[in-house]
Amino acid sequence: MRFSYDTSYADAQRLLRHWPGRIAYAVLAAVLLAGPLVLPKFFIGEAAATFIACIMALGLMVLTGFTGQVSLGHAAFVAIGAYAEIGLLDAGLPFPLALSLAGAIAGAAGLLIGLPAIRVSGLYLAMVTLAFALVVEQAVGRWKSVTGGYDGAQVPDALLFGANIGGLVPFYYVCLAVLVLVLLALINLTRGYVGRAFVGIRDSEAAAHALGIWVSGYKVLAFGISAAITGLGGALLAHQVQYVTPDVFSLNLSMQLVLMVVVGGLGSLRGAVLGAVLIGLLPTAISRLKAALPSVAAAQFGLDTFIFGLVLAGFVLFEPSGLNGRWIKLRTFFEAFPLYRRRTFVRGKAYASSERHR
Amino acid sequence: MTLDAAVLQLAVNGAAVGAIYALVALGLVMTYKATEVLNFAYGDVLMLSAFIGWYASASLGLPFWAAALVAVGAAAALSYVIDAGVMRRIAGQPHFSAVMLTIAVSFMLRGLAGMVFGPTSRRLETPWSGQTSRFSGVVVADISLAIIATASVVTAVLFVVLRTTRYGIGIQAASQNQLAAYLCGIRVKRLNSLVWAVSGAIAAASGVLLAPLALVDISLWGVVLKGFAALVLGGFGSMPGAVVGGVSIGLIEQFAGVYLPDGFKDVSAQLVLILVLLCFPRGLLGEAHGRRV
Amino acid sequence: MSLLQLDGVSLRFGGLTAVREVSVAVPQGEIFAIIGPNGAGKTSLFNIITRVFAPSAGRVLVAGQDITVVPRHHVVRHGIARTFQNIELFDAATVLQNLLLGRHRFPHGGFAAQFAWAPAVRRAEIASRAAVERIIDRLELSAYRNAPVGGLPYGVRKVVELGRALATEPRLLLLDEPASGLNPEETRDLAFWLEDIRAELGITVVMVEHDMSLVSAVADRVMCMSMGEVLAIGSPADVQADPAVIAAYLGT
Repeated sequence: MRFSYDTSYADAQRLLRHWPGRIAYAVLAAVLLAGPLVLPKFFIGEAAATFIACIMALGLMVLTGFTGQVSLGHAAFVAIGAYAEIGLLDAGLPFPLALSLAGAIAGAAGLLIGLPAIRVSGLYLAMVTLAFALVVEQAVGRWKSVTGGYDGAQVPDALLFGANIGGLVPFYYVCLAVLVLVLLALINLTRGYVGRAFVGIRDSEAAAHALGIWVSGYKVLAFGISAAITGLGGALLAHQVQYVTPDVFSLNLSMQLVLMVVVGGLGSLRGAVLGAVLIGLLPTAISRLKAALPSVAAAQFGLDTFIFGLVLAGFVLFEPSGLNGRWIKLRTFFEAFPLYRRRTFVRGKAYASSERHR
Repeated sequence: MTLDAAVLQLAVNGAAVGAIYALVALGLVMTYKATEVLNFAYGDVLMLSAFIGWYASASLGLPFWAAALVAVGAAAALSYVIDAGVMRRIAGQPHFSAVMLTIAVSFMLRGLAGMVFGPTSRRLETPWSGQTSRFSGVVVADISLAIIATASVVTAVLFVVLRTTRYGIGIQAASQNQLAAYLCGIRVKRLNSLVWAVSGAIAAASGVLLAPLALVDISLWGVVLKGFAALVLGGFGSMPGAVVGGVSIGLIEQFAGVYLPDGFKDVSAQLVLILVLLCFPRGLLGEAHGRRV
Repeated sequence: MSLLQLDGVSLRFGGLTAVREVSVAVPQGEIFAIIGPNGAGKTSLFNIITRVFAPSAGRVLVAGQDITVVPRHHVVRHGIARTFQNIELFDAATVLQNLLLGRHRFPHGGFAAQFAWAPAVRRAEIASRAAVERIIDRLELSAYRNAPVGGLPYGVRKVVELGRALATEPRLLLLDEPASGLNPEETRDLAFWLEDIRAELGITVVMVEHDMSLVSAVADRVMCMSMGEVLAIGSPADVQADPAVIAAYLGT
């Protein structure tokens, strides 16, 4: 068993307080930094794509995981971020500025959508965001002068310190850097009063009001922060695909993002990252697997979709707290060894009553 | 054709499409009323049953009505199994989990349809294909009449059953409080599975009727998105409302296609959904109340 | 001057009158109990004071300031904290985080500084933590500090909710049935804490309570309500002996 012996409240604030964690994260950092030097090209690209997925999933996690507002249409903010990036680069802005502004524009769109959207919650909000994403997808296809319509738009080369970041290795490091920055910012946000207010709104709005939390304000704020981060991911996604068409931002992308946060475990940043890694790498894993399968099974159309569904169903049924929950159980197992008991985490029997009157 | 006749023609076409949406929304209302779960897998059950209908008709050589019956039966059985085998496992957990589970099931069904039937589109022939009737200057496809007739019959039967029988009242009780209903001797789990089966049968009926208008194809599931709009417009959880909402969405789409710029037709249903939910966040009929503290 | 003053407060929902013309003044430092049968309008009164409902008529003054014009989330800034009849805690969060949420109204550094965990934020968090630890000591919650609230026994959850209200550093504490569901021992602890809170923190307590043993033990004055109206106000013994009160409870 491990105990924390804090001698001051400042001790309790430290992020990595124990040497096993410090070593683990140092190894992880070394692996991520050295990765592009040893990995084959294909995997560098895959890794960058996974970092982008992590960023987008972190954005959705702020909204769905922390404030409990389900969005089934986050692809809309990905699209806004991506097209803003293209437009700003076309206008001649330098890459770092364009990237930040693209995030800010997506964030502003999030605030704008959040203002009316917070009037509804739960299932209603899920449907509104779903419909919003469908409308944005259609608008992107029709608004030729800005987005290039269904023909698509070429993403301009981005220069950082005079060097083109379009290459695999530089792009890998850019994505990694953005991911780390976003992650640190969100860790800080969620352990402070804003993050607590988000969780408070999710768990009990009545109590949140009574404690002085401006519920509607924080809900809109969550929309804005979430959209900004997802839009940042969208801007990077544009560089990754290099040629942007509306079908990049289909309902499928929205659903994949939801899959990432649910499979990862709602209400935890680690969950968003784990979920994005699992779901982001699943298609590649499946296509690798296909090579090993007999040709009849390998040629199957729809296998990917089926496995996505299977994974999601498995998590909802057997591990509702997601990969993060599994992680915590494993950690508890090792920390409490040999005292760990399965029953520690058994779910009680539950009966649903109407959620209509919320 | 005069303007009036053109408008009338549009209205008739809209009503026919709307009748499909109404059927779709009816099936959604069934499960929503009973379990408060919005069934995202509904569109995929619909799509799969259209494929089953096509298979029974084209490959097994059954006549249309027999193929339709096969599809309805298969979809009802499939839905029963989905609820009894999958959804029941998380009975009582927050509704969000259940909604996620229906999304998972929808992915699995869609993948399954892809693996079994492949990406090609099929055509389902009906006795009414290509035939039309004329009513004082308005041309109506016979298939549209069949759709409207089916929708009306299904609505009437459901309305009577839910209002008057013990099952109907049991369903309403179980949706409000599972434990209390169970203690009153209602077999909540079995009742929910039955509701799912009925809902699946309605999905199959709309799938088989929609197939001649569109093509039998994986993307057929997308009609559920129109069903959501109909559901919302109809006041979320009211049967007559779902029918009115469905027909309205059909009409709005047809008229938007003619009178509004390109592209509005495809999203008109979604725009209606957004507007209704944001302008009437407590529901059109104001049925939702604030939580008591 | 009285800390809490209700002037002819009424609350109507359509044709139903939940609260009718209630006027009462609670002076600083009093423990004031509200009793009455279910549906008497006791919780509605709390909901009016904390701005969940706007009164149909009348004024609510807290330290001389009309509270019915402030937004719902500003109520706590006027020194009003409350607990709820059916415990409204943040179930997924730990006891510590729940109590820290009570500190929300105090400054925590700028918004942008949050993302960077700037020194000002760090200092504010430490100050909050120190304040919360004092409450943990007072209410003997240290054993549960890092446990998620959702899994705690009912009695402990009640205490956590009381602690969270205290964390806002109120002048006026509104407790909605604080002893319901508590066993006799826990109720005695509660009575002790209520005296303690008043004596050491100078907090005025208004509580809705059915448990007459608790009310008689700690309340200075009691108000009995029925059907939205005030039947009697006075010392616990006087109110219990009041014929109108007896009639309301036993029927006429």
